[in-house]
Amino acid sequence: MVDNIVRIKHDRVENTVSTDYPGFHNDNEDYSWDLTKFKSKFDIKISYISERVANFDLINIDTSVSNAFRRIMLSEVPSVAAEQVYIFNNTSVIQDEVLAHRIGLIPLKVDPDLLNWIDNSVDEKDKFTDGNTVVLTLDVSCSKNPNASKNSTDPNELYKNSNIYAKDLKFEPQGNQLEKFKSPVVAADPNILIAKLRPGQEISLRVHCILGIGADHAKFSPVSTASYRLLPTIEITEKIKGEDAKYFQKLFSTGVIGINEQSEAFVKDSRRDTVSREVLRHERFNGKVKLGRKRDHFIFNVESSGAMPPEEIFFKSVRILRNKAEYLRNCPIGR
Amino acid sequence: MSVEEPIKDQDVSMNDIEANDQIVEDQPINEEEEEEEEELDTEKIKLLPGSTEDGTSASFQITEEDHTLGNALRYIIMKNPEVEFCGYSIPHPSESKLHIRIQTYGSITAVEALHKGLDDLSDFCTHIEEKFTEKINQGGFSTEEE
Repeated sequence: MVDNIVRIKHDRVENTVSTDYPGFHNDNEDYSWDLTKFKSKFDIKISYISERVANFDLINIDTSVSNAFRRIMLSEVPSVAAEQVYIFNNTSVIQDEVLAHRIGLIPLKVDPDLLNWIDNSVDEKDKFTDGNTVVLTLDVSCSKNPNASKNSTDPNELYKNSNIYAKDLKFEPQGNQLEKFKSPVVAADPNILIAKLRPGQEISLRVHCILGIGADHAKFSPVSTASYRLLPTIEITEKIKGEDAKYFQKLFSTGVIGINEQSEAFVKDSRRDTVSREVLRHERFNGKVKLGRKRDHFIFNVESSGAMPPEEIFFKSVRILRNKAEYLRNCPIGR
Repeated sequence: MSVEEPIKDQDVSMNDIEANDQIVEDQPINEEEEEEEEELDTEKIKLLPGSTEDGTSASFQITEEDHTLGNALRYIIMKNPEVEFCGYSIPHPSESKLHIRIQTYGSITAVEALHKGLDDLSDFCTHIEEKFTEKINQGGFSTEEE
């Protein structure tokens, strides 16, 4: 059996690399790939899945595959974002290109599976169809509020439309998009500030939103963050009692160390630990505690930007990796 | 022996690829077959020079792939007991090319090891997807952020 704990010392880490390959160890264990064996060992534990965030553990899986899922979620799961902004009028203080960039970064609530990819071989004027493009418009102008109180200094009261938000982008359904999308396309977060206006200023523009991937531009990434960390382990090798125990408790994140009835410190929840290594700086606990991380236990945290539920993004990353493997399997090997 | 002119920058849909492992050589191709041929990306994976005669050790070049597939594939190929060595590299950061080297002990060829690795990787993903679906359907987890 290989030791799968990364040992964390005060200034170094040990045993970081996985060696579970055939021919690496002189024991009787079989390290070759075996699907049935993997099926019996592999486990998933879901901590929570909210509307925007998923937190789950992948247990007994190698870093190379975990990392592939993380990388795919960040840069290869497609989503919809503004690609072209046609500006008819912009008399605001924000320059056209800055405005276009800001609009591009607004996450949209639209299922990417409902759109097709843009075919770049098609002529520019026939490229955008109701099957691959979502059209949004923004037509706003700011004016004075005649009913504002005389001494007011609040722009929200003095002017109408002084703040332009993501919710002001209006969906213009093309073809049968209204039936196909079920609900109109809106910004996932309605209160993102796009621009500020003053009386007499206006913005009039049209936005073309298309499918894309995060590798091409971050605006297409379906996640705010997708990250993993390894499960921390804490081993108390010598009893820590009384005042020492209380002191010991304070060296970890809250809830990690508990104190029992015999006023002895025990590990309550190592998952909550940040592995700050503070405990290793204190001489009195020298040799009494061992810190580590489980090398094959990944705690994933996936935050969706709003287009898809977070668990859907993980599903898609798994399917994309499988498609990559299957596609390559079918490709002829050229010379 | 001339090799069929490779098709460059072909956008190929992931879904409608038919199994074809053979190396494209100068077989006579009629018009219809040529259209079929265009569906396959012959530039996707190439055998790099320097492979042994018996094919037990070889390097491959895969385009449009990076560490995502490279490292996962390396791991799963190294899990094969017939494989003596497997490693990957990205020779230049601004070229989207992935090199993967496979050396076997001799009982299988490098291409066979590569294909087994790809099959294993896809089984692997299938199981993870199934397991995650099962856990989602099972429920019992919080829907509130902690």
